[in-house]
Amino acid sequence: MTTADASPPPRGATTPATDPTPAADPALATDPALATDPAPAPAAGAAPGTGVGVDVDAVPLRHPGRWAAGVAIGVLAAMGVHSLVTNRNFQWGTVGDYLFAEPVLRGLWATVYLTVIAMAIGIVGGIVLAILRMSPNPVVAGAAWLYIWFFRGTPLLVQILFWSFIGALYPRLSLGIPFGPSFVSGDANHIVPLFAAAVLGLGLNEAAYMAEIVRAGINGVDAGQTEAASALGMSRALTLRRIVLPQAMRTIIPPTGNETISMLKTTSLVSVISYNELLNATRLIYARNFQTIPLLIVAALWYLALTSVLTVGQHQLERRFARGTLARVGERR
Amino acid sequence: MSGTAVPMVRAERVRKSFGQHVALREVSLTVVPGEVTCLIGPSGSGKTTFLRCINHLEQISGGRLEVDGELVGYREHRGRIRELRPRDIARKRREIGMVFQRFNLFPHLTALENIIEAPVRVRAERRSEAVERGRALLARVGLADRAGAYPAELSGGQQQRVAIARALAMRPKLMLFDEPTSALDPELVGEVLEIMRQLATEGMTMIVVTHELGFARQAADTVVFMDAGRVVEVGPPATLLTAPTHERTRAFLSKVL
Ligand SMILES: Nc1ncnc2c1ncn2[C@@H]1O[C@H](COP(=O)(O)OP(=O)(O)O)[C@@H](O)[C@H]1O
Ligand SMILES: [Mg+2]
Repeated sequence: MTTADASPPPRGATTPATDPTPAADPALATDPALATDPAPAPAAGAAPGTGVGVDVDAVPLRHPGRWAAGVAIGVLAAMGVHSLVTNRNFQWGTVGDYLFAEPVLRGLWATVYLTVIAMAIGIVGGIVLAILRMSPNPVVAGAAWLYIWFFRGTPLLVQILFWSFIGALYPRLSLGIPFGPSFVSGDANHIVPLFAAAVLGLGLNEAAYMAEIVRAGINGVDAGQTEAASALGMSRALTLRRIVLPQAMRTIIPPTGNETISMLKTTSLVSVISYNELLNATRLIYARNFQTIPLLIVAALWYLALTSVLTVGQHQLERRFARGTLARVGERR
Repeated sequence: MSGTAVPMVRAERVRKSFGQHVALREVSLTVVPGEVTCLIGPSGSGKTTFLRCINHLEQISGGRLEVDGELVGYREHRGRIRELRPRDIARKRREIGMVFQRFNLFPHLTALENIIEAPVRVRAERRSEAVERGRALLARVGLADRAGAYPAELSGGQQQRVAIARALAMRPKLMLFDEPTSALDPELVGEVLEIMRQLATEGMTMIVVTHELGFARQAADTVVFMDAGRVVEVGPPATLLTAPTHERTRAFLSKVL
């Protein structure tokens, strides 16, 4: 895989009309103009006198470095696979036993659920924060800045622990008039259960990061758009909702995809407060049967599967939104 | 100029500064309803700033500016001048159409959607009626068949014609044009000017910032020459463009022609 990235496979190798040497320069071999035109343009770099036939009869450039790297990586990969297969400590049988075990699947579902809810909070919160941050009211803008500063400036792990221990800080939570009577109140440990602590920890932190992404997206929209909307008598809120945000989406969506993939893995942090997501589910099992490595492999395989699915989805989304970029070109026409 | 009608725009010693920089110094000007006023002048002379003050995209720093007999951005109450709320400013802007040098169409909306957006969302017109009127406006600017096209799929001239239709959809009583043909390839200038000429003959009150002196000569009732934030000279095109009294006007015209 990695070798393919470093040196694209020579496309010319599959073209029957070319020299059988696989290292033939792909640019020369697949250029249709060169392959079909009986008198190819001299600009192609062919030596004088050789450009008469159908093919360029040149000695292809050799790439010894690429070959060496390919061989080295191949050897390493073979060693890795060999060790995976022969080292009994991996216990692939145990991995297979637990991959679809009920507690693991339940943890998997919790991870997906947590990711979705935390990202929903993050996205909505991020949009709200970004808008507040751009408010003409300095107090409102300052409050949003403070939020972002705090939640980006402290470790997520600390925030998650903080939410799980909020009961120690405010043993009773109540809803009512500030400094006045309260309508409902209750024990904080009942109001903020484990799930809420996990979701708040992940979601409120994510909102701070999403706020910056949304703000960059909004700032990226041409000021002339707001101006045109204002000139038509549209209010600030209407302009934002109907004109600016839809255009900002194009730049907001790709990094949001990255954030979602990252969130999927970050949910594993809430295992420290014993929220039973994928990692915690596997930890509970190996705490009993001591099959630590195989169960960590089970978790890793599931994380890989989910991030792969998300990556494909992200590519799809980006492709869709890239189509709209044509609009940018037209502006100056 | 008939003295009885309320002027569409009345500027009295309007000043505008950006920090230290003074963009408009004591601009006084009257625009009569139904007339076309062309603003000409060198780059940086304050033409755009003046247009933007008229629909309160910029707030004036001094003087007095009225549109259709009402102060722009303020109201007078018991002899005191008070700032208007954003909602009231927006309500007044609806009555003034603006066409920009760079079109500023909404790229994520089709031509028709661009036109009906404000009538539906701001004027609360019924969608079916707005669509019908939007199509009529597109036909009027010669783009009946491009209703479903996105701005990126239109030429510059077509985009500007859609932008004019979009402004007209709000039924403005005054239209502001800020160099509407400056961003266009030369062969596309004519189609936009043609729409504007047609609008002028229909009696629309228009203020047009332009370097197209041919258009000014044909369509304008009044030409205003601005320089360094001041109105240097005002007059009918026949005199101002051919026999200007001020040396600066003469110098500018000789460069543009
Ligand atoms: N938002 C702004 N901030 C600071 N200076 C500005 C701003 N807008 C315009 N100016 C300045 O005001 C002067 C007049 O500008 P403008 O009205 O755009 O001139 P024109 O349209 O005649 O070319 C220029 O010197 C310009 O640099
Ligand atoms: Mg200008």
